[in-house]
Amino acid sequence: MNDLFKNGLAGALLVAAAAGAGTPAAAGPTLDAVRQRGEIVCGVNTGVGGFSIADSSGQWTGLTTDFCRAVSSAVLGDAAKEKFVPLSPQQRFTALQSGEVDMLTMAATWTLTRDASLGLLYAGVYFYDGQGFLVPKSLGLKSATELDGASICTATGTTSELNLADYFRANKITFTPVVFEAQNEARAAFFSGRCQAFSADMSILSSVRISDAPNPDDWQILPEMISKEPLGPVVGRNDLEWFTIAKWTLMALIEAEELGVTSQNVDQMKESQDPGIQRLLGTSGDLGEKLGLDAGWAYRAIKRSGNYGEMFERNVGPNTPLRMERGANALWSKGGLMYAMPVR
Amino acid sequence: MKLSGGWSDPAFRAIVTQAAVLAFVAVVVAFLAVNLIGNLEERSIRTGFGFLWQAASFEIGQSFLPYDARATFGTALLVGLLNTLVVAVLGIVLSTIAGGVVGIASLSRNPLVAPLATAYVELVRNVPLLLQLYLWYAILTQLLPAASEAPQLLPGIYLAKSGLHFLILESGGGIVLAGLVLGILASFAYGRWSRRRADLTGANALLWPRLVLLVALPAAALVLVAATTDFNVPRPTRFGFSGGGMVTPELTALLVGLSLYNAAFIAEILRAGILSVGKAQSEAAASLSLSRAQTLRLVIVPQAMKLVVPPLANQYLNLAKNTSLAIAIGYPDLMSIGNTIINQTGQAIEVIAILMGVYLTMSLSISALMNWYNARVALVGVR
Repeated sequence: MNDLFKNGLAGALLVAAAAGAGTPAAAGPTLDAVRQRGEIVCGVNTGVGGFSIADSSGQWTGLTTDFCRAVSSAVLGDAAKEKFVPLSPQQRFTALQSGEVDMLTMAATWTLTRDASLGLLYAGVYFYDGQGFLVPKSLGLKSATELDGASICTATGTTSELNLADYFRANKITFTPVVFEAQNEARAAFFSGRCQAFSADMSILSSVRISDAPNPDDWQILPEMISKEPLGPVVGRNDLEWFTIAKWTLMALIEAEELGVTSQNVDQMKESQDPGIQRLLGTSGDLGEKLGLDAGWAYRAIKRSGNYGEMFERNVGPNTPLRMERGANALWSKGGLMYAMPVR
Repeated sequence: MKLSGGWSDPAFRAIVTQAAVLAFVAVVVAFLAVNLIGNLEERSIRTGFGFLWQAASFEIGQSFLPYDARATFGTALLVGLLNTLVVAVLGIVLSTIAGGVVGIASLSRNPLVAPLATAYVELVRNVPLLLQLYLWYAILTQLLPAASEAPQLLPGIYLAKSGLHFLILESGGGIVLAGLVLGILASFAYGRWSRRRADLTGANALLWPRLVLLVALPAAALVLVAATTDFNVPRPTRFGFSGGGMVTPELTALLVGLSLYNAAFIAEILRAGILSVGKAQSEAAASLSLSRAQTLRLVIVPQAMKLVVPPLANQYLNLAKNTSLAIAIGYPDLMSIGNTIINQTGQAIEVIAILMGVYLTMSLSISALMNWYNARVALVGVR
């Protein structure tokens, strides 16, 4: 190559670099991949009623799958598509670590170990839960402290195993764990009488009692909640932009409930003069652009899945077979723990 | 060897090609390793084996070592390894015995026994092992009585859904074990002595004194210990039994399922081995007026062993590795505990490497043992 060509090449590269430095940061790898694919891949539970369960026609329903749909609509727009990958407790984190799924939207508890050492990040809490025990009414138990010497069925790889050990040691009673690979095997062993108790998150216990028990009235959930199990979406640590999108989509859904925006009235709300609602729905301000999305991100998320309250009522609320009260999952202004950081 | 021939020398070509292939493989492995480490760092996933010394914080349902939630992950893995070894060893023993019986039965001339054995072999071989394990586990958990109605089979022995509970000795297990070992050694020693005597003087080599020694010595030790220490008897509690020893339905289902499954294969191997010995041998034995049973024991089976031992080693390896299906029916074997550790620490690569290393060692040990036995048996006829 002669000198003129080499100098010209160097000059062109410099100009390109300067131009590149002036533009906003390029989209992170996950957002790029999702946009290119045209669909978001979410890891979900293999079958937990109310959270992520496939109905008889293969459609996934539940609180966590609705959240995946909300993120999908926020990111991909009207042509949003989602692919749900059912994962067992032992596969779920490895699947996310390897990039096989973009996000985990399942009943997975937020703990320090999971945040710090798996290379993953929790993007918030969409359900405050706790661990409990399901026992047959025929045993006549009033409290979990009476379970001294009992056999307890549970699934491997969950926080349930650890919490059981802690709870029984703290109360100076003993138990025999029977751990299975998958939740449904643990349930089957429990209902066949192998164990006196089945231990999992309260939400799972409610769902199991309704759907798996031959007669739900023969079984009771003991009153003690032996641990905190905040459930939230999980993303990889290597893409903080994706993490921010997931986090703020959840906040937007909670903020929508605080501001009274529902999937039914969201179109009228676009005309609203309330500055908070305008910022949320993108009528004013540039919040979407700051996230790397367009202005209608929250509008689409709310229109698709509803605000947080609607998601709760539709999937696990008092009118569903699970019959759960808002409890800790109510808005902070109503005595619960759902608190959206300011969407501004 | 001379390498002066240059490229036209086949030995030289062979060495160069092999060195090139080796270098290529080394480069590929190095690339994969660097890629792995780079990816792990990029995703901030923790690496290293330090987790083995952290507290496990989970309980294990069946453990042959003293263990509680404060023990380390390393101890938990050892407990799992012991659980796996127990099932593997007992499974190998039981499946060989069962397989031997079924194999010989399938060659029987009895019109009822042979078809029955063949039917068993065909049925068990063709249903996937996992399904059989689920079936045995379901049978055991459904049919066994709840702990509150558990029948007392013998004084101190109860059978319930939570397992077979039996009385054990408080202490002195070591003495009984020593008695068992002494009994085995004495039986062997007597066997050698009586065989030498048979060769030299023509007197018969008797079997019954060997059996007596094998049983009497441990029994004597047991009686001695039982007279001096207490028994740890299982006591019925609200939910089950506390104290005493326990064999869980998980262990039983796994053992029964694995043994019966492998017994079918072993039966076929033995049948093939026995049929491979020429008809001339059985005719010659018959002409010496040996009974069918004596023919089998003295003439056919020793010659069949040459053909039988390598596939048998195969089956033993299969059994040892199939114990990892325990996780499906709730038995805490090495694989199950490894899985729990992966989930609690997130360090999948390290734990899987440990598991692979352990299974590899176990398999290599079994096959080394069988190779040694094969070498011994191959010299049949030189007794």
